[in-house]
Amino acid sequence: MSKEPNAAATKRSFAIRNPFVLTKRTEGMPAYKTWGVRLIALILAIIVCGLITLLITGLNPFDVYATMIRGNFGTARKAWVVLKDMAILLCVSLAVTPAFKMRFWNIGGEGQILVGALATAACMILLGDKIPTGLLIPIMFIAALAAGAIWGIIPAIFKAYWKTNETLFTLMMNYVALQLVSFFIIVWEVPKGAGQIGIINQSTLAGWLPWIGGQQYLLNVIVVAVLTALVYVYLKYTKHGYEISVVGESERTAKYVGIKVPKVLIRTMALSGALCALAGFLKVAGTDHTLTTTITEGYGFTAVMVSWMANFNPIAMIFSTFIIVFLDKGAGEISSMFYLNQSFSEILTGIILFFIIGSEFFIRYKVSLRRHETKEV
Amino acid sequence: MTGLLNFLVTFLPRAVAQSVPLLCGATGEILTEKSGNLNLGIPGIMYVGAISGVIGAFFYEHSTATLIPAVAILVPVLCSLLGSFLMGLLYCFLTVTLRANQNVTGLALTTFGIGVGNFFGGSLIRLVETDVPSIVLSGTSACFKMRLFNSASPGWFEALFLNYTFMTYVAIAIAIICGFILKRTKVGLHLRSVGENPATADAAGINVTKYKYVATCVGSMIAGLGGMYYVLDYMNGIWSNDGFGDRGWLAIALVIFTVWRPGSSVWASILFGGLYILHIFIPTGTDMAIKEIYKMLPYLVTIIVLVAVSLRKKRENQPPASLGLPYFREER
Amino acid sequence: MEELRNETQQQSLSDVAVALRGITKIFGKTVANHKVSLDIKRGEVLAVLGENGSGKTTLMNALAGIYFPDEGQIFINGEEVTISSPRVAFSYGIGMIHQHFKLVDVLTAVENIILGLNEPGRMNLKKVAARVKEICDAYGFVLDPTKKVYDMSVSEKQTLEIVKVLYRGAEILILDEPTAVLTPQETDKLFAVLRNMRRDGKSIVIITHKLHEVMEISDRVAVLRKGEYIGEIETSKTNPQELTNMMVGRPVTLNIDRPEPENPTLRIEVKNLSVVSEDGVQKLNDVSFKAYGGEILGIAGISGSGQKELLEAIAGLQKTSGGEILFINDDGSSENLIGRNPVAIAQKGVTLSFVPEDRLGMGLVGNMDISDNMMLRSYRNGSGPFTDRKSPYSLAERVVGELEVMTPSIETPVRRLSGGNVQKVLVGREISLSPKVLLTAYAVRGLDINSSYTIYDLLNRQKKLGVAVIYVGEDLDVLLELCDKILVLCAGHVSGVVDGRTITKEEVGLLMTQHGKEEAANE
Repeated sequence: MSKEPNAAATKRSFAIRNPFVLTKRTEGMPAYKTWGVRLIALILAIIVCGLITLLITGLNPFDVYATMIRGNFGTARKAWVVLKDMAILLCVSLAVTPAFKMRFWNIGGEGQILVGALATAACMILLGDKIPTGLLIPIMFIAALAAGAIWGIIPAIFKAYWKTNETLFTLMMNYVALQLVSFFIIVWEVPKGAGQIGIINQSTLAGWLPWIGGQQYLLNVIVVAVLTALVYVYLKYTKHGYEISVVGESERTAKYVGIKVPKVLIRTMALSGALCALAGFLKVAGTDHTLTTTITEGYGFTAVMVSWMANFNPIAMIFSTFIIVFLDKGAGEISSMFYLNQSFSEILTGIILFFIIGSEFFIRYKVSLRRHETKEV
Repeated sequence: MTGLLNFLVTFLPRAVAQSVPLLCGATGEILTEKSGNLNLGIPGIMYVGAISGVIGAFFYEHSTATLIPAVAILVPVLCSLLGSFLMGLLYCFLTVTLRANQNVTGLALTTFGIGVGNFFGGSLIRLVETDVPSIVLSGTSACFKMRLFNSASPGWFEALFLNYTFMTYVAIAIAIICGFILKRTKVGLHLRSVGENPATADAAGINVTKYKYVATCVGSMIAGLGGMYYVLDYMNGIWSNDGFGDRGWLAIALVIFTVWRPGSSVWASILFGGLYILHIFIPTGTDMAIKEIYKMLPYLVTIIVLVAVSLRKKRENQPPASLGLPYFREER
Repeated sequence: MEELRNETQQQSLSDVAVALRGITKIFGKTVANHKVSLDIKRGEVLAVLGENGSGKTTLMNALAGIYFPDEGQIFINGEEVTISSPRVAFSYGIGMIHQHFKLVDVLTAVENIILGLNEPGRMNLKKVAARVKEICDAYGFVLDPTKKVYDMSVSEKQTLEIVKVLYRGAEILILDEPTAVLTPQETDKLFAVLRNMRRDGKSIVIITHKLHEVMEISDRVAVLRKGEYIGEIETSKTNPQELTNMMVGRPVTLNIDRPEPENPTLRIEVKNLSVVSEDGVQKLNDVSFKAYGGEILGIAGISGSGQKELLEAIAGLQKTSGGEILFINDDGSSENLIGRNPVAIAQKGVTLSFVPEDRLGMGLVGNMDISDNMMLRSYRNGSGPFTDRKSPYSLAERVVGELEVMTPSIETPVRRLSGGNVQKVLVGREISLSPKVLLTAYAVRGLDINSSYTIYDLLNRQKKLGVAVIYVGEDLDVLLELCDKILVLCAGHVSGVVDGRTITKEEVGLLMTQHGKEEAANE
């Protein structure tokens, strides 16, 4: 049956003319390897960051890193600031994660933090001298979470029923929230015409979160640590968490087993928005005690990248949050040393992100470079 | 009637001046999205385009006593194009060659780009150790502000149609040309098919990677020009950190508003530009707070359009089918 | 090297258009083709025969420039060539019509045709349309050049694909499973066109696993099995049984078991069911039928005739606009399923194992492991907010063991399993619910013969247990051999319910394209 010339020809020689780089999908790289690749990317990125700093400031690389460490842990106060910022950023990152697991691109974290902060500040200003702090704080908490939930639910409803693009919807909601905050800042400004609110209830401390063990920021840190564990368990071990994964992976499969997709979308976004708002609450009641339009510090966006860098794993997020905050403080220290602009840290953050984003490729694909070769058998 | 005309004569030119960065950003993003890349890095790219132009102009202005207008325009334009081209290239390398997640890459690019803009905007003077207090490029800006029509008291026709700086006409021309290319040429047909169905385009012999790279890089360059216009023309050459604001995001919103048609983005960007400054024209007396509410208008309108587009499920009005997805030929 | 070249040149002097030599292609750990050598002659129809997963499509994709082979050579008219992209393939006159059409939905027919062509000068769609008409007239196609692809029927799309390839001046046409989506009548038309092309001296390769088509259209057959080239044979000198043996590698009987139904009891009665889709298209129109426990009811029809909507309506996933779906309990009482949610319907014992084109799109989650996929049906069990992971895991172990699912472990994402194993996981889970009604669609799509027979056995076992099995199929031969009754759908109407044991394929084919009722009324 088989034709003789064919078989003969195959035996005699193979010519491989491969004009390009071959890329193939790798399947199931072991976990330690994937984290290894990310670690290598991170180290490379830190080296590049050092080089760039060297180029701009002339500081030798060792001093660069030493300065960065000093910027983070130079004094106890600095270390507490690192913890404070980590707590807030981690809180927002945890908040956006359930939505991302569901493939819902919530980049409206900024707006959700803002409305949470606004609700908290509103309670503090309007109810501060009317009810005792013991009652005021729960009211603030509930108001903030409700406001964030609403801000999350609005785009979710449109996504659930009409497939409205959530990326842009949540983005626009950020600016609506921003203008809303600007509006109330002018309404509540002290003194009139100052364009800012100033410290709220400075004399009465009404609505200020309590200090624990003499540390102003410890409560925030504890709250977020507990939240991290809760979100981890929620995503991994609960029915809700399972539904989120199924909806994220395949909406049709979800429908097929009777999961009400709109319900899951809306419920998860309510949670996501509420947790973002929790960050706003912690910021206003716990640390800043004022309301500004820049209170979010861009964390709503940064959190997207933190969450993604950690592969949506809440525990790994502690680490990725630390990297971002460390860079921010380190670059801050360098810029103030050289009278440079604070935005230096954003450049370094960007570089780290590019490396980690790029490294995912080497986890998912195998590249083999081959030139023209002829193999005689 | 004359009341309306007077209002138009004062309002429209300002709306148009506001519209140019939006128009450039939207045109660039449409080209990019037509290739299937959702580039959320556009806001950052526009910052880089702006600062690159500023750096070019800064060095040129400080290297010579008398500016030659043609050079004063050409240097920042080329620098701006180069800066945003590199950003586009970075985006393509990560998302097309390394097939990274487009949303995350875009946001990282925006963080980075805004950082680059603000860093050099704030630190350039320190870095080159000059004795000027801040970046003011009035010489360059004067060149950019040269007008086609120059009269102390323009009539309404001149005021409404001829009294703009040349970048305005350039931006409109670019948008119209892009619209023509997309709709009427083979290149446009190929680009659209790459964004709709890259596997099909690939099987038809179209170089998907090349189209994605070129469309995204050219798109970035067009968007970058918008950033440059804002500083060197609109702001009279004065850099201020975060001054460009959220216009990059509005430009992305405009893409949906115009349902991916660069031609329509001309009038749509003027509309958005108008909404952006409308609060100045609404008499609110001493109530400063309410102005902040009026500033919500462009965002609310975008949301309404977003919802309207999703309700009206017309095939032609949907985003390119492969938008946001990486393409890998050997995927099985 | 030299010798080889001389040899192929000698062949090319005769009639060989394309010669493949020692083609190897590896995906991850799967060897899709291993040292395959094959000749394609001028003016012939070559059938490339093999089971699903035997590497037919991969081999032809290498010729069409979609995949680049890891090893091996390709000769065209005796010249060794490197086909690094589809564009290069066109330049050698090779055109492929893929099983999943490569068309851009939002573009018109002509726009799709000129896609990727670099003809000099401005884009002139009118001129193209005129050329297209010439081609259509020459071979007997009907095509509206300005029609958008999303408005086209499947056979129109296929016509467009063929015209597109001819427009590019293809001399070698490769058709991947061209008849999978066509009715018998449309298939005849296609074959007529292919014969016209052969007369024109073109080389035609059809990739298929359907033996009767091989016998009907081809001049020569090349057989692949598990990525290996098995041999080739002239069609006139072989028969289906021999080809099957080559394809499977051992003698197989081609008969599907069909036990007589044992005391069938009415289980589902659908009365005047209508479904209108979201965009206002009437998907089901006044559909009525009965399904009995202990029987397999087949559903035949051109794809998109309402099969999906019908199954989904029964499972509670599809909104209906009229009619009733009655579920008959064991005690003879009946309840309407319409308006019930899918969970409640599943609890009554109605399960749906629906395999859409992308297989994993519905029913399973590709990135989850087998255990987590078992959990899809059971995760709600138990009170409290937490999921029980132990019982799905043991169910997964049971399914893997009983149905012989080939998997590295229970923790392997199902995406990485082969088609047959994915199907076993899905059907295994649904059967584990001990259903009263089992709805399956395209259960054997993409499976090799062995896996297919495993699935038929599973369905027959359920039938013996008294389950009402509803089987939506696309291969008429299988429907005719497996099912007790066949319901034929045509554009959302029931055009007939026929006895699977007595009806012929041609009769079903006719029902698929005509509304049986109107026909009957006219007669």
